[in-house]
Amino acid sequence: MSGSPIFWLPAASTEGARTDHLFFLLCGISTLIVLLVLTLIVTFAIRYRHGSAAPRGRLPEFFRSEFEIGWTAATAFLFLFIFWWASAAQLAGYAPPPDAIEMHVTAKQWMFKTQQPNGAREINQLHMPVDTPVRLVMTSQDVIHSFWVPAFRFKRDILPGRVTQGWFQATRTGTFHLFCAEYCGTDHSEMGGEVIVMPKADYAAWTAAQPEGDDLGKAGGKLFVKMGCAGCHAGSNAVHAPNLAGLWGRTIPLADGSSVEVDERYVRDSILQPRREIAAGYEPIMPSFQGVASEADLTRLVAYIRSLATGEDAGQ
Amino acid sequence: MTDMTAESGLTAPRSDTYLNHGSTLWSWLTTTDHKRIALLYFGSITLFFFIGGAAATMIRLELISPNGALFTNDGYNRLFTLHGVIMVWFFLVPSIPTTFGNFLLPLMIGASDVAFPRLNLFSWYLNTVGGLLVVACLVLGGVDTGWTFYTPFSSMFSNSYVFLAVAAVFVVGFSTIATGVNFIVTVHALRAPGMTWFRLPLFVWTQYATAIVIILATPVLAISLALIAAERLFGLPIFDPQHGGDPVLFQHLFWFYSHPAVYIMILPAFGVVSELIACFSRRQVFGYTAMVWAILGISVIGFFVWGHHMFVAGMSPFAALVFSFLSFIVAVPSAIKVFNWTFTLYRGQIYFEAPMLYALGFIGLFTIGGLTGLFTASLPIDVHVTDSYFVVAHFHYVMVGGSVSAFFGALHFWWPKISGRMAPDGWARFAAILMFFGFNFTFFPQFVMGYLGMNRRYHHYAPEFQIYHVASSMGAVILAAAYLLPMGYLTWSLFRGQKARANPWGATGLEWQTSSPPPKHNFDQRPVVTERAYVYHPDQESPRHEEPNAREPHNPQGQRG
Ligand code: HEC
Ligand code: HEM
Ligand SMILES: [Cu+2]
Ligand SMILES: [Cu+2]
Repeated sequence: MSGSPIFWLPAASTEGARTDHLFFLLCGISTLIVLLVLTLIVTFAIRYRHGSAAPRGRLPEFFRSEFEIGWTAATAFLFLFIFWWASAAQLAGYAPPPDAIEMHVTAKQWMFKTQQPNGAREINQLHMPVDTPVRLVMTSQDVIHSFWVPAFRFKRDILPGRVTQGWFQATRTGTFHLFCAEYCGTDHSEMGGEVIVMPKADYAAWTAAQPEGDDLGKAGGKLFVKMGCAGCHAGSNAVHAPNLAGLWGRTIPLADGSSVEVDERYVRDSILQPRREIAAGYEPIMPSFQGVASEADLTRLVAYIRSLATGEDAGQ
Repeated sequence: MTDMTAESGLTAPRSDTYLNHGSTLWSWLTTTDHKRIALLYFGSITLFFFIGGAAATMIRLELISPNGALFTNDGYNRLFTLHGVIMVWFFLVPSIPTTFGNFLLPLMIGASDVAFPRLNLFSWYLNTVGGLLVVACLVLGGVDTGWTFYTPFSSMFSNSYVFLAVAAVFVVGFSTIATGVNFIVTVHALRAPGMTWFRLPLFVWTQYATAIVIILATPVLAISLALIAAERLFGLPIFDPQHGGDPVLFQHLFWFYSHPAVYIMILPAFGVVSELIACFSRRQVFGYTAMVWAILGISVIGFFVWGHHMFVAGMSPFAALVFSFLSFIVAVPSAIKVFNWTFTLYRGQIYFEAPMLYALGFIGLFTIGGLTGLFTASLPIDVHVTDSYFVVAHFHYVMVGGSVSAFFGALHFWWPKISGRMAPDGWARFAAILMFFGFNFTFFPQFVMGYLGMNRRYHHYAPEFQIYHVASSMGAVILAAAYLLPMGYLTWSLFRGQKARANPWGATGLEWQTSSPPPKHNFDQRPVVTERAYVYHPDQESPRHEEPNAREPHNPQGQRG
């Protein structure tokens, strides 16, 4: 952003603050170690330069394995401590809070297309409210990209044929850089945009002012009929297929005796590779929609099935 | 310890050195002498170092401005890809093993050549074929995938000469494998009488460990490259998700090779630095046995940490923890080595000739490179800094600050043995110091801008990073000067340099027990080894003072003949 600070970029997310703490801790430890090594080298170099008068005498007996074991243990402990600290921070922030609002990101050479919970679309921009957890559901239409917001200390690759997720919670309002971090071809360095964090009220106003757009869930409902899903899945049907209402979020039994939680991944797999996990009590007659349903279609279908969960609107 | 006179028999200039054993071009191109093959390799890697360096210079020039316009986006992408491909596979991986390794390994263990001299020559020809392919790729228009060749970009989307580049790396990989096989067999089969495993100089240990890593890891690289070619040329769906392929599979295969490959690039440097520090502080290497175990430990654990390159590529949190944990573990032996080098100085008689300055510079830069490895092994930090300039700085500290400094240290240390002439030490010290400062000047700013959000592989960037890029480019000018200087004074020394004695530094290794330059068959009589490596002073006693020009030749690894 024009006018971005040159010498320090303050963290603007909850995770970012945690990452910075760890970063400074490591900077401190590293500086100490570098200073220690430097001091030792310089001292020895001066004191024991050839021909210096420093007494050398017999080498002390302890100067052997005790030393070796000593600093091996010391470094090992230090490193384990850092590992423990870093991993604890990572795990604490791993799972998104259940109330996170969900934004969709579709990456392609060389732009980010984002979609708000209410269906409003943006290109190379993402508006979001401050102090609210936001969960990203991302996929790519071509090569691998990566969603990086340096101020949030957040980065996640975006893969073709797969859904990746991540979340963050902004702590400050403002406009922040968004970069594509994974090399993706010619205009990789031009692929980016901004994340605009707004006060909650402003965000609500902004959302309301957006053209309604095609509400994801509603669009998905139309597809559900058009693609023939309804022919099997709509309750009153001759074909024996599960009713999808109320399915989302439940843990259901599978034919092979295991059970699975119905989430984005499961639903997508059910559509693309229905034979992989078969719901208990049903014949595996559902055809694969691999190559039939586009990435965008999938997103809508999933949103529709989610909206059947509680009867609320697709935005959760 | 023997006295000076023992050496004098070797001081007399002799006419039957390996260099004047035959002087036609043909005699060089068909040689099976490990020392001459080492020189052939010197030619190749020097050439590639300067091609890669030219690319780096253009990269740095372009990045002075946030909207650099010397190159198109495609042009810039080709530039950094070529820089990476050439520097990694055509310079750094072969650098120390194929030159100093080839030259010194047989000498250090008291053998007259490597186990398979013709395979050795063949490996150089393979290397040359690979080199021609990569040059062809460059001339035709280059490749734009990044040296990491990530799919599906490389296998389906790139419109550049991916196949040529992949073929070049594939071929040069086999050349490295041939060298690896040769070294392993040589160390096992050709050690002089009395040269037991724990009497081997650490340089030999590192060459041995490197060779093992090479033959275990490089085939995996070959397979992953062949799969790219299969998908690109024949449309075999391997990485393409549209047809059930998995793009991340490539990353696993690639890093399963490429993480061990960073040890292929750094282990030989460890070996060099151990030799230098011991010799110039006239001390036994502190903790020789620990050093050996550290080398072996690194080589083994190094195979299990590849996932730390993929923390943001969609990995289960459990897998991420395991890879993070192992990455911390693999850092322990490296830390031990730094402490051991430092304590080798303790109570020494330290000389500060150019090789020593390079070695000390290595310790400093490698320590910073290694410590920043702890940052990238820490999950939350790596999520932020991966694919940023922080990572670029990290691996340059290790690979350029570390390995390339060690390479230059080795060059100055063994130059008298190889060429028979001394390098002018004043100039050499000047270059070493320049290199250290130029390096830090170039790469330290990259840590900062990386953390602040400067993306790796970006042609155009946000204006707030310009100040760091300008600093880095200014440093690069100094660094380039420091790399060019030795070309000048080393060439000069070939003609005007003082003639070298057999053992000008008074070092202990067997390679110093033969004339400089050595005769074709290395030793007039086969050495018999009677002692450990590095007996610069009796056990438990500290080294005594010796006059700089009369450092005792230390003949402890055995009597000649
Ligand atoms: C030929 C009939 C048929 C069609 C058409 C069909 N399905 Fe299915 N579907 C089934 C059957 C039978 C099952 C249960 C067996 C299984 O899990 O594969 C199923 C399972 C599912 C499940 C998993 C439900 C559970 O309880 O585990 C989802 C989600 C689903 N289908 C979505 C869709 C969508 C979306 C479409 C349209 C794109 C679709 N299906 C089209 C027959 C069909
Ligand atoms: C001599 C001074 C050098 C300079 C100024 C320099 C500069 C650079 C720069 C700016 C990049 C980043 C390109 C980008 O990602 O946008 C880079 C990448 C890289 N450099 Fe260097 N470099 C130098 C020497 C070397 C050497 C000697 C090696 C050999 C080990 C090396 C290996 C690499 C590698 C492996 C990459 C990554 C390439 C990639 O990401 O595709 N560099 N270098
Ligand atoms: Cu990109
Ligand atoms: Cu690695």
